Amino acid sequence: MTTKTKQLNRIDLIFKHEDDCKEILKKSFDRSSEEVINEMVNSGLKGRGGAGFPTGLKWKLTAESEEKTKYVICNADEGEPGTFKDREILTRVPHKVLAGMAMCAKIIGAKEGYIYLRGEYKYLVPQLREEIEKFHQIMAELNLDFVVDIFMGSGAYICGEESALFESMEGKRGEPRNKPPYPTECGYLDKPTVINNVETLAHSYTIMKYGAKKFRELGVKDSWGSKVFSVSGDTPIPGIYELELGMSVQDFVDDFGDGDTKAVQVGGASGFLVPRKRFAKSNIGYQGKLRGVSLPTGGSMMIFNSSRSMYNVLDNYLDFFQEESCGQCTPCRVGCQQLLKGIKAVKRGEKPAVYLDKLLKLTDTMRLTAKCGLGQSVANSFSSIVENFREEMIY
Amino acid sequence: MTMENMINLSINGIAVSVEEGKTILEAAEKLHIKIPTLCYHKDLCVAGNCRVCVVEQAGVERLVASCATPVNEGMEINTNSLKVRNSRKHIIELLLAEHNEECTKCYRNGHCELQSIAAELQITNQDFIDLVPDKNYSVDSLSPSIEKDDSKCIRCQRCVRTCADIQSVGAISVAHKGADMKISTFFNRPLNEVVCTNCGQCIVHCPTGALVEKSYVEQVWDMIADPEKHVVVQTAPAVRVGLGEELGFAPGTRVTSRMVAALRRLGFDSVLDTDFTADLTIMEEGTELLTRLKGALVDDNPNVTLPMATSCSPGWVKYIEHKYPQYLPNLSTCKSPQQMFGALAKTYYAKNIDVDPANIVSVSIMPCTAKKFEANRPEMKASGHKDVDFVLTTRELAVMIKQAGIEFDQLNEENYDSIMGIGSGAGVIFGATGGVMEAALRTAYEIVTGREVPFANLEIKPVRGLEGVKEAVVLIENVLPDWEFLEGVELRCAITNGLENAHQLMEAIDRGDRFYHFIEIMACPGGCLGGGGQPFPVDDEIRQKRMDAIYSEDLSLALRKSHENPEVMQIYKDFLEKPLSHKSHELLHTSYVKRQPY
Repeated sequence: MTTKTKQLNRIDLIFKHEDDCKEILKKSFDRSSEEVINEMVNSGLKGRGGAGFPTGLKWKLTAESEEKTKYVICNADEGEPGTFKDREILTRVPHKVLAGMAMCAKIIGAKEGYIYLRGEYKYLVPQLREEIEKFHQIMAELNLDFVVDIFMGSGAYICGEESALFESMEGKRGEPRNKPPYPTECGYLDKPTVINNVETLAHSYTIMKYGAKKFRELGVKDSWGSKVFSVSGDTPIPGIYELELGMSVQDFVDDFGDGDTKAVQVGGASGFLVPRKRFAKSNIGYQGKLRGVSLPTGGSMMIFNSSRSMYNVLDNYLDFFQEESCGQCTPCRVGCQQLLKGIKAVKRGEKPAVYLDKLLKLTDTMRLTAKCGLGQSVANSFSSIVENFREEMIY
Repeated sequence: MTMENMINLSINGIAVSVEEGKTILEAAEKLHIKIPTLCYHKDLCVAGNCRVCVVEQAGVERLVASCATPVNEGMEINTNSLKVRNSRKHIIELLLAEHNEECTKCYRNGHCELQSIAAELQITNQDFIDLVPDKNYSVDSLSPSIEKDDSKCIRCQRCVRTCADIQSVGAISVAHKGADMKISTFFNRPLNEVVCTNCGQCIVHCPTGALVEKSYVEQVWDMIADPEKHVVVQTAPAVRVGLGEELGFAPGTRVTSRMVAALRRLGFDSVLDTDFTADLTIMEEGTELLTRLKGALVDDNPNVTLPMATSCSPGWVKYIEHKYPQYLPNLSTCKSPQQMFGALAKTYYAKNIDVDPANIVSVSIMPCTAKKFEANRPEMKASGHKDVDFVLTTRELAVMIKQAGIEFDQLNEENYDSIMGIGSGAGVIFGATGGVMEAALRTAYEIVTGREVPFANLEIKPVRGLEGVKEAVVLIENVLPDWEFLEGVELRCAITNGLENAHQLMEAIDRGDRFYHFIEIMACPGGCLGGGGQPFPVDDEIRQKRMDAIYSEDLSLALRKSHENPEVMQIYKDFLEKPLSHKSHELLHTSYVKRQPY
């Protein structure tokens, strides 16, 4: 299967200095909800937190609910290892995020919105509060009954999972819920809720300003638009870059690698490791079947050069997961511990090399049976590292 | 249910239609297809965390948890595909890796849900790495009622949901995350130092041996073997309708006289009945209620508190001590039947058979784990000795019967010894929610009016059943001359079972939404028959069967009213004088303490 790929294009939309939120919001409020939803659906925008759910559809489903009380929540619990772009968006263009929330609130009929802010980003609160105050003034001027507040997370990775996030906001232990029901019908306080990533909301503002058509000039089929990437690891130019979607990993490495790139971890610890031999065949986006061909990402791109031990990399991820699993479901709680202890045992020679195959089968079970996305995706990094760097696991 | 609300689906190729909103698991149950479960329990809200019940849904790549997934029209489910089998086996292997597999040394051996699923799946080789932490430090055995062994815990959270949702106590909940995630208490204090009511509902809802009662079986054997000791045993009303389940009988089988025979064979010197002191409780508590009513209605005494609440359930007593200490004056001062029995065993009974009370060992068989705590309360030494020495649960009694090699179904039926061996039907129904109320009404109404309660066969139906809160209003009219102040009074009563219901009732009373004269509260769902010391498993269907058995036992007896119990009349004549006498106060009444709310 071949997919159309794009050359690497640096884009400047998200961070572009724009001071016209009020005008853009007014423009959007003057249009019918249906029109705005259609604009969002037509843009093809998909959730930028990593899962890639169509944003327009999410808004539409929530708008259709007849419940009186609804909520808009901005998921700023940016916890995926290697991701740091939401922090930058909230620092530099928070007004665009707030504008996205207001657009959504208007359409679905929400009166309250929350920014669920990662505990470690507490230092952002004063400037965010200032921004929210200005935003509330705009809301008053535009006559929209919508207020936004900040809810501080406490540092658990799992609270970035939307239903665990609701539990956390409700004062409970952050544990994912059973789905269905989905947040669009039963979210925060069991009310219909739109929960979007920081970047998704900022993109909504862009779409409203420039139109869906313009947005779709960027990207490829099923992966329209641009995306903010957090580039780290063995690169001379680490940092945050907005790039057009649909590029191949090869193009990315050519621009960002240090000339000795061995592998790239796409999508953070819960994403996939792409080894050198697959750079040209893999591209970044949300097309069709996920594994191997088109790689979804919340924006984390970790580059490893040949000095790195992939065993150490995997050990590090698994150590993270066995601590950050919420612990409620069996495959994730026990599975993560088994994977970590398992590779250690193989490395030490306490278990034979074929034990890795037993662990690979275990990751199949974790992918099939875990209650939430975390438990399901631990298998991604494990299998892509063990399958491609098996010898490094053993010797 | 109209046809539009029915959902059609197929499971393993067999068509089935069930009501909208039902889960795949419930649909499979209808087809008699068993899907293994661990975190699921009919009494509890769905958690979906063990993942043992996953099934394959056509068109869906991932497996779905059948307990948590509602049915959809046209759904095609496979409960036994290769994918399902492999995953299920993996999940059980994972649970076994973090489970302390000391099956032969475990109290739940043979009654363990994890063990039975592992056996069904024939998990013979365990490749995964053992994750059980240091086994020596994992057991909390400081509570007199409950032992908690984290090394056997599979984190299904059935206990947590039970403690929070059914009991509104919240003594145990989840702490930490990931590999460190465990079921813990407030600041990880031992169970005897936290808000735990010792009700033992966590035990009957635990699928493994992580939560068990503290066993005193060995101590009791030691006492039976000691020739110096005179060991008396009392049996609570609900034991006789539960014990059979542990010994091969169907739920709801009455085994009273076989149980008596078995206890005699175990070597107890005297086999007596808690029903006797249940009847005595009615005399004391009924009189206390009438005295309170007089104080409130005639004397206008501001110190009289109403409603009066029953005090037979030690789980409820500890609950109110923790959560509603301002209502402690409302608790009847009567000891529970178990403790009345203990106090009398070492006084009245000892004198009667001419044995030094120091040599009497009093053992009770209870459907309850909180009774173990109650027997250890410092107040419970009115006889000059510990009133009740050892409390065994229904399950522990079954263990002793099996250890002694008694073929329970082959036993002849035998009767209780005397004295303190006669109980009325009113005493028997103490074992069901509403029973104390019904027994009290049978007696109090008759004392006040000289007539039987105006219900056919003395069956006061409004106070019976498994509902959370039951209310009854009894109009008192044409009273005897001594009770004229009660003429025309509508006696307002409420009955609850399960502490969450008790919580709701207390809140309603506290808000002033409800006014009652008398409330009966039992800590466990269904009352004592659903107690924390009763056999596994339990759900509403089983509780209902035990309840039916209790009421049929009542109907089968000639003696149905506490005040007509000849042994009760005798003890007042020979020893206690009259209800609420000085001697009664000394031996049969108690006091309570305020406890911290966490």
